[in-house]
Amino acid sequence: MTLQTDNAFWRWQEYHRVMPDKSWTSTDVITAGVDVGSVGSKAAVLVNGEIYSWGITRTGSNSPDSAVKALNWALKDTGLKQSDCKYIVGTGYGRVNIPFANKALTEIACHAKGANYIWGSQVHTVLDVGGQDIKAIRCDDTGRVTSFLMNDKCAAGTGRGMEVFADLLQIPIEEIGEMSLKVDEEPPSVSCTCVAFAKTEAVGLLRKGWSKEKVLAAYTKAMAVRMSNLIKRVGLEPDLVITGGQSKNIGIVSRVEAALGVKCLAMPNWRENGLDPMIAGALGAGILQKPSMINPKTLEATT
Amino acid sequence: MISYYGYSDGSGEYFIIVDSEKCSGCQKCVNQCPKNALHIELLFIDLEDKPVASVKEAFCNKIQYICAQCKPEKNQTPCTLACPNKAIKCLYTTPATV
Repeated sequence: MTLQTDNAFWRWQEYHRVMPDKSWTSTDVITAGVDVGSVGSKAAVLVNGEIYSWGITRTGSNSPDSAVKALNWALKDTGLKQSDCKYIVGTGYGRVNIPFANKALTEIACHAKGANYIWGSQVHTVLDVGGQDIKAIRCDDTGRVTSFLMNDKCAAGTGRGMEVFADLLQIPIEEIGEMSLKVDEEPPSVSCTCVAFAKTEAVGLLRKGWSKEKVLAAYTKAMAVRMSNLIKRVGLEPDLVITGGQSKNIGIVSRVEAALGVKCLAMPNWRENGLDPMIAGALGAGILQKPSMINPKTLEATT
Repeated sequence: MISYYGYSDGSGEYFIIVDSEKCSGCQKCVNQCPKNALHIELLFIDLEDKPVASVKEAFCNKIQYICAQCKPEKNQTPCTLACPNKAIKCLYTTPATV
């Protein structure tokens, strides 16, 4: 008998997609945005400022490599090469280490712009729940940031914490959201959001005989309360959207909605043909370039 | 753009708030900070890079320790007093006593 060693419950789906109804010609201006996050690396390729393809992959121990991997994945099956991208903007945690980027931007502006592109101008509050931090961003109709709240003290209660819990409870990460809602009544939230302490607390609760669903609900609730407090500080202005990996976690989304008393805008159907909320940062980076840079004539004049 | 740097937890809230529209990038707050936590950074605002004061990225999640010395001063911290345009504020609230 062998011990089962494959227990990577935290592994989420890495994928790439080309928009089926779009194409490019040699006269089009190709730009790209690369968002190297702490957990995931995302790249988006735009043709004349419209999204064409994207790729999502896990950030390895080396951010330049992850950026190259993400961009190559976004370019896969498109017939484009990295050299075809006229202008590449880097963003995210590892933005200073992207070898091919023409410019690096903070992710705040990029997420607001990306959310504005995905959901439209009615988006005024963006909550980005990433792998290691949470950002609450307020923006206007054009996706211009009016105020933001970045890091809290630590990375407690973010996407990476969910991965730790997926491993602890041996539930695939993509099922965590659904599972956390399968409780008869909402348990009190865990008192610690610090991942290490919350894990200890969860182990204690499991020993006490709590079901996995109940423990998950308690942890998800603690995360959602923390997120909604951040939003209250910058001030909530409808409509609210959630970007980043945790936007796919229905347990988080519904609890944030309950804590704030508002509904988030519905997520695009990313499994089929909609845009993935995870690429908001990369997409925004691809869009956020001066019009003069996107105009091919001025670009030729400067290079 | 109004940037909040800080934290909120059981001990209350503490935020350094910088209004990039008022900030002229004059460095006065940077020079006054006893912990050297601020710097002038190029931020991308309205499709332009503008030099504004911000908390150094490495200090963003350590504000509870870095700013501990000035925190009780409420809105009279060296950085807020140094600013000629009132672009930088410190918000400190404690939870209601039980």
